[in-house]
Amino acid sequence: MKYIGKEMSRVDGVAKVTGAAKYAAEFQVKNVAYGFIVQSEIAKGAIKKIDVSEAEKQSGVIKIFTHLNAVKTQSKGAAFAALQSDKIVFSGQPIALVVAETFEQARFASRLIKATYTEEKSVTETMKGETKPMRSPQTRGNPADAFKNAAVKISAEYTIPIEHHNPMEPHAAIAVWEGEKLTLFDKTQGVMGVRGHLAQSFGMKPENVQVISPFVGGAFGCALNPNYYPFLTAMAAREIKRPVKVNYTRRQMFTGHGYRPYTWQKVQIGANKDGKLQSIIHEAVGNTSSFEDFGENPNNFGRTLYECPNYDTPYKLAKLDLPTPTWMRAPGMVSGAFALESAIDELAFALKIDPLEMRLINYAEKDPETGKPFSSKALRDAYKQGASKFGWEKRKLEPRSMRDGKWLVGWGVATGIWGAFQVPASVKITLKSDGTANVGSATADIGPGTYTVITMIAAEFLGIAPNKVKFGLGDSNLPQAPVQGGSFTTASVGTATHGAAMAIKQKLFDLSGWTGIKAEDTELADGFLRGKIGSSETVKISDLMKKNNLTEITETFTSRPSAERNQYTTQAHGAQFVEVKVDEALGIIKVTRVVEATAVGKIMNPKTSHSQEMGGVVWGIGMALQEATEIDHRYGRMMTTDLASYHVPCNADIHEVETAFVEEEDKIVNPLGVKGMGELCQVGIPAAIANAIFHATGKRVRDLPISPDKLI
Amino acid sequence: MRPFKFTQTNDAANAVKTVSANKSANYLAGGTNLLDLMKEDVSRPTELVDISRLSLTQIKNVGNSLSIGALARNTDTANHPLIRQNYPLLTQAILAGASQQIRNMATNGGNLLQRTRCPYFYDTAMKCNKREPGTGCDALEGINRMHAIFGWSDKCVAVYPSDMAVALAALDAVVKVQDANGKERAINFADFHRLPGDNPEKDNTLNHGELITSIELPKNDMPSKSYYLKVRDRASYAFALVSVAVTFNWKGNVIMNPRIALGGVAHKPWRALEAEKILSGSVANEENFKKAAEAEMKAAKPLEHNKFKVELGKRAIVRALQMAMNGKG
Ligand SMILES: Cc1cc2nc3c(=O)[nH]c(=O)nc-3n(C[C@H](O)[C@H](O)[C@H](O)COP(=O)(O)OP(=O)(O)OC[C@H]3O[C@@H](n4cnc5c(N)ncnc54)[C@H](O)[C@@H]3O)c2cc1C
Ligand code: SF4
Repeated sequence: MKYIGKEMSRVDGVAKVTGAAKYAAEFQVKNVAYGFIVQSEIAKGAIKKIDVSEAEKQSGVIKIFTHLNAVKTQSKGAAFAALQSDKIVFSGQPIALVVAETFEQARFASRLIKATYTEEKSVTETMKGETKPMRSPQTRGNPADAFKNAAVKISAEYTIPIEHHNPMEPHAAIAVWEGEKLTLFDKTQGVMGVRGHLAQSFGMKPENVQVISPFVGGAFGCALNPNYYPFLTAMAAREIKRPVKVNYTRRQMFTGHGYRPYTWQKVQIGANKDGKLQSIIHEAVGNTSSFEDFGENPNNFGRTLYECPNYDTPYKLAKLDLPTPTWMRAPGMVSGAFALESAIDELAFALKIDPLEMRLINYAEKDPETGKPFSSKALRDAYKQGASKFGWEKRKLEPRSMRDGKWLVGWGVATGIWGAFQVPASVKITLKSDGTANVGSATADIGPGTYTVITMIAAEFLGIAPNKVKFGLGDSNLPQAPVQGGSFTTASVGTATHGAAMAIKQKLFDLSGWTGIKAEDTELADGFLRGKIGSSETVKISDLMKKNNLTEITETFTSRPSAERNQYTTQAHGAQFVEVKVDEALGIIKVTRVVEATAVGKIMNPKTSHSQEMGGVVWGIGMALQEATEIDHRYGRMMTTDLASYHVPCNADIHEVETAFVEEEDKIVNPLGVKGMGELCQVGIPAAIANAIFHATGKRVRDLPISPDKLI
Repeated sequence: MRPFKFTQTNDAANAVKTVSANKSANYLAGGTNLLDLMKEDVSRPTELVDISRLSLTQIKNVGNSLSIGALARNTDTANHPLIRQNYPLLTQAILAGASQQIRNMATNGGNLLQRTRCPYFYDTAMKCNKREPGTGCDALEGINRMHAIFGWSDKCVAVYPSDMAVALAALDAVVKVQDANGKERAINFADFHRLPGDNPEKDNTLNHGELITSIELPKNDMPSKSYYLKVRDRASYAFALVSVAVTFNWKGNVIMNPRIALGGVAHKPWRALEAEKILSGSVANEENFKKAAEAEMKAAKPLEHNKFKVELGKRAIVRALQMAMNGKG
């Protein structure tokens, strides 16, 4: 291959660093007015009175929307919609939108709005919330008995606090109405979803809504759902008959979209003396809101990972007076892995077995859940390569046995898995006789390098240079594509791109009139349609098109997961090795070294892949050591709602991070053989860090984040 | 933010006059704290006088002291040769605070007057005596992991967040201020910030309109050792859980004139006078360090979520003394 598998810098890199790339709030729209969201100060109850009279008088104020004058949504879903009634269901809920000539005028006026409430007692502690059982996979075997009879038992509880995505770019939308047509510039991971949501909310035809989102400054899941502001923005714009822009503040980012739910987990493992797993009972409770269910089944994590004849994963949701949670990078999996991969480490310690050996003892050759073979699974190689890169064989078994001066040194390992998903997606390609091509799909690029990888794929299979390919995304007028989430974009949109390029080749082949060769034995390369190695047919594409009076050829292709996939379990796998150094007296932890070995099918672009893996490691470090959204449960209010108090890793927290890709040849997952990696890379990290800290200090911390106070 | 009148001036006397004349006027220096507070509607000045162009930016020897201009930037202060050579403790403390970008903007005067990071202070939906006297203190029984263990009152349990000030407290700095009548006043550092008592709305002992012109550090000709240790939730760009500034002179194996200040534990930089008493004239060894740290922490009164600060404080004092001893400052 000419481009695929080789390092390529981001095709949008220059635009991003020079400011040419336009993010939602940066679109220049004439006559735009600014909306500022006013939020509730209580978590539960109703608005008694909302007095906007003082605010309305201020200069520049155009209109103030509250539940008393806002348009009602026609959408029937459970998702939260703003200003629909006097009912308050979470603290920070929008209760008004002030629209003014400038942002500052709107923000100032918002402060003069006075609301009084009838307050009810709120519950925001997961373990005190009303719970409801959720569907989980069927119990395997008889876990309770097997646990009771096991020679060795581990039973431990783990908690993970609420966490927020905190992408660099806060959410923003600009709504522009022209007659019955609505254009919305938005920060979103899925323009089609926002389009559908707005069409439903206003009772419009979807084709009358265009959602545009060419660049996204990070999202990590917080822009998967439409959130409440697109409707609010468009509603305000329609009412005042002017374009309106609404931009969340950083604080509003904590209640304006979902978050990783609080999770309590209990893991009970029963094993034989030789380390063979006999029973796993992995319980979980996660929080949701009072009005909508959000479940992520974190405890399913290990079901396809380890050979274990008895397995149960009961899962409950606790209804709280908070906003609804949502997917946050590696949702469910990273939470489940923290608990289970910690517990496996606890078992290894109890049995005096090397923790890596422990995992190999229980290695699943086929999917223990279904008995199906894996389409590919190079996890064993990932363990091996990771261990050798890391120098794992020098690890001493006993905790507190390794030192570097005043620092205690600890080495930990954990495993990550993530489904190798593929979903339907469409791509349109127009190949022009001048040798350039336009490629389009309503997908998104929230940072992984989708612009680049789709450009590579198109260039590869159209046989033209990448700089001749112009790829457009983030526009709902382009062919249908799924949200960018679940790490399935390259597998889905990439496959469709390949398909569309193949359709173009077929068309050119049909034009060629060749009879001595089959289409599949031809390829597009260097501007030619030609027979693959060993045949002499060749024709310049531009000549062929000219001869047929064509200036361009357009094909749209929709790819779908193959039926063959159903006979296999398709997963991506990874092994994470971590070194920590702990200053025990002061509780200071440094993650000095990480080796991330992953088996994710074909590596399309090693450069951006490495970046993805690095990002996942950094996220894992944040989750393990720093991130927490603290709630004052007396008021049901989030209190760490800025970047000074909600910590994410800074440069000084990140030391050596090495990545290794164990390539897999997997033609079952999709024709490109690619599996998603953007979430997988984070999955094992928090557990590997917690395990390394245990190895360094002999202290097992089961409640994230592992801050200094928990070690002293 | 709320509308306000904005003026700029090159003339200190003029600035002081303007601010003194209006009870709700304020100085704007680097703006890294004040503007945030205005955006959050916590600070509501009706008038701002931009003093960032005043010439109070020099760092120079004056008589028996080193004079540091109130409007010198934190970065320039930390890196000034006179400070790096003679007061490495101050360099360390400044560089342990905030981020490079913020330090480039932040001024020394502004740093001393930065306000607490108590989340209830920042959230106008919550009760806070510092923001709105008489409303109550939601931190007292709320999320108070970052809060005080010394000198708090039931009116306020906030901590003062500056790192630089912790070093200045240990260095026995003097704050020079000027009022509307052109009168100068020198305030000993220990008297500059105050404990909350019944008036947590007052962070310090400045009168309205008084302008900080400089900070003076007494010269110290004896061989000395020092160290600034900051323990925080991440490696950089986080406020202290506990910080310790130590400096002492040195004769044979004996500690003289020890000065220790703690950050992240009180409404002001907390001079560890008990520990100083024990260390003064003592042999520098771990046993004495521990004794001093124990003695200091005896008076600590932790809140529900910050009990760890007592043990952490002890260990941090010991470590800071060790580091200073080992010449790591
Ligand atoms: C995210 C973040 C993290 C931070 N982390 C840390 C940290 O870890 N450690 C730390 O120490 N600091 C930290 N800081 C705080 C930072 O050091 C202060 O914001 C800065 O020092 C304030 O200086 P300034 O010149 O910008 O003040 P301004 O914001 O301009 O002013 C602050 C106050 O001082 C008054 N003022 C300013 N100059 C004078 C003067 N000469 N006379 C009288 N009054 C005056 C102003 O009127 C105002 O009330 C952090 C800040 C941020 C935003
Ligand atoms: S501790 Fe002080 S600043 Fe914090 S809420 Fe209480 S009074 Fe306000």
